[in-house]
Amino acid sequence: MNELHSLEHMARELCKQNEYDRDQIVESIYDHAAGITANTVTCLDLGRRGFENRVDNVVTSRLWGFPIMFGLLALIFWITITGANYPSAALADLFFGWEAWLTNLCQTYHVPAWVHGFFVLGVFRGTAWVVSVMLPPMAIFFPLFTLLEDAGYLPRVAFNMDCLFKKAGVHGKQALTMCMGFGCNAAGIISCRIINSPRERLIAILTNNFVPCNGRFPTLIALAGIFFGGSALLSAGNLAATFVVALLVVLGVVMTLAVSRVLSQTLLQGEASHFTLELPPYRKPRVGEVIIRSILDRTLFVMGRAVIIAAPAGGIIWIMANTMIGDVSLISICASYLDIPAQWMGLDGFILLAFILGMPANEIVLPILIMSYLSGGAMIELDSLAELRDLFVVEHGWTWLTALCTMLFALCHWPCGTTLYTIQKEQKSWKWTIMAALIPTVAGILLCVLVNGLVSGLHLL
Amino acid sequence: MGRNMKMADLIQEKGIKQGEPITIALAGNPNTGKSTLFNALTGLRQHTGNWPGKTVLQTHGYFSYKDQHYKLMDLPGTYSLIANSADEEVARDFLCFGRPDLTIVVVDATCLERNLNLVLQVTEITSRVIVCLNLMDEAKRKGINIDVERLGESLGIPVIPTAASKGEGISSLLKTIYDVSVGRIIPQPVMVSYPSNIEDMISCLEPGIIKTLGDCINSRWLALRLIDNDYKLLSSIQQYIKPEIAIRSKHFQEVLA
Repeated sequence: MNELHSLEHMARELCKQNEYDRDQIVESIYDHAAGITANTVTCLDLGRRGFENRVDNVVTSRLWGFPIMFGLLALIFWITITGANYPSAALADLFFGWEAWLTNLCQTYHVPAWVHGFFVLGVFRGTAWVVSVMLPPMAIFFPLFTLLEDAGYLPRVAFNMDCLFKKAGVHGKQALTMCMGFGCNAAGIISCRIINSPRERLIAILTNNFVPCNGRFPTLIALAGIFFGGSALLSAGNLAATFVVALLVVLGVVMTLAVSRVLSQTLLQGEASHFTLELPPYRKPRVGEVIIRSILDRTLFVMGRAVIIAAPAGGIIWIMANTMIGDVSLISICASYLDIPAQWMGLDGFILLAFILGMPANEIVLPILIMSYLSGGAMIELDSLAELRDLFVVEHGWTWLTALCTMLFALCHWPCGTTLYTIQKEQKSWKWTIMAALIPTVAGILLCVLVNGLVSGLHLL
Repeated sequence: MGRNMKMADLIQEKGIKQGEPITIALAGNPNTGKSTLFNALTGLRQHTGNWPGKTVLQTHGYFSYKDQHYKLMDLPGTYSLIANSADEEVARDFLCFGRPDLTIVVVDATCLERNLNLVLQVTEITSRVIVCLNLMDEAKRKGINIDVERLGESLGIPVIPTAASKGEGISSLLKTIYDVSVGRIIPQPVMVSYPSNIEDMISCLEPGIIKTLGDCINSRWLALRLIDNDYKLLSSIQQYIKPEIAIRSKHFQEVLA
């Protein structure tokens, strides 16, 4: 209908001429409603809701909203890193006691060397490391995060972040889908269904992977603990490690916003839509239930996935490390192919190989790395966390820069297999699934090359 | 697509029964007791509860008061009519194109301010609006006191306090529905005034809207939607009121000639 099109055209022109902000209409309505309310409603005793309002006014205020968010995040990481050291060491002691016992058993019964190698040094040792390095941080981190979720804090986070997402030209609900991504990126991608506009939903899906999920948090926390935390007795070291992980999470959020903004101005242009977010009442978290549920549902689930994949991976890596072509092991050959690009990014070939082999699940990147380092010829006896640090630093020449670049790449690289499968199912488009893998990978490579170049160039090491 | 079909059916159905029962739309935020009120008025036992899937399905029921018959349409619970979510679109399209004779906005007395936003948006589309100030019992318990008379004056439309779950205020609501439907009460909603730049744009757009669409859509509201870049609404207009436009335009051309 021509008349309608000319109306549309006229409206567009008018909006261009007049200085007009999309919020003005909504604001006028809200102001009007507030005016009427002020004239007609009197509250005698605000009681509980009044208390909640006061809490909300602080928790979602311009001044305190972000410091409180960062503080809570940092507190959770600090408790996790500090608390995980002792059980990690204890678990390592326990498992390597068993390993010694198993080795003895094998020697007593004259078990062939390759069987002992494959099962004890490959499968058992790999699994033991996954459990002792990853289980304690997860068992502490997940319940804490779930408590925060249960108390009703996440909608407040979304409320605080809304303005940032809107500035990036995307939907404010993306703050919620991003929070879901902290749990699991595949779940985060399914939660993007709450965004109605297809454009904004696609951006939310493409950028969901920039926040670390359950599978990647343990990698970040463990590396931070080992390289920035120092000894468990030094609380200053733990603070430093906490700070590094919290900063990485903030970086993830910044990357989410930056990439969303770039996408909404290039490939997926459009306006941000409005939405109403109801802040549910604060509830006293059901502590007992939360701890049980988060340990059963999340910790054991993630752990189970890691062990199921890590155990055979341990065996395969043992085979790769012990299959010699000429006088070089298969795993070293693979790693050496990756060495040149890896060096550019401040990594080494084994690290990059671990990320590639870790495609099925992010949980196993660190275990694969440990296993491939361990099986790389000289069989050192690794029976404590301190020696894990030695494995990285002494045997493989890691510096804090290597750790930082590994953490950065853990934050920004292709989504895990499950997440990619979910994206393909949600979008039904191979093009966008490939984009979802390419965008964070390219961002991660650039980030690592940049940081590595900067640190080496400025001789900061 | 299925939803649009449903919408078209509803509007058509309403057209066929023109002059028969008076159509009342029941709008409101989620969890304000809309379904409870629906049950109280129609005597039906609609499942009360709030979950996303429920909103897309529309329910209707009938009731009579004095000599009038009414058809009550339960709209999905929405916070606003501005954002583009599926349920808000259903509610908005019905108010806009279903052209109910009367709209009841159910309002939660315990959080009036947020609920008024929807009332103000509904009165921009249609003037025949009654506010049902529900959950008065809960508000009383929470120590919230509302000057109902003053609220009615500030909005320019009837405001009826109720506690639908206990049946309180239903008879007075029925009486008001009757009075408005027979024209004994004519609601004159107080409009939200916008900053001058927006008001200027509205007055630029309104003449063109009236010329094209006549009175089959509120021109001020459509102008606002156009200013807000809601061009999707124009395709809904094409879909729902095409024949009417043709008649209008022809009529206007004749008048001009």
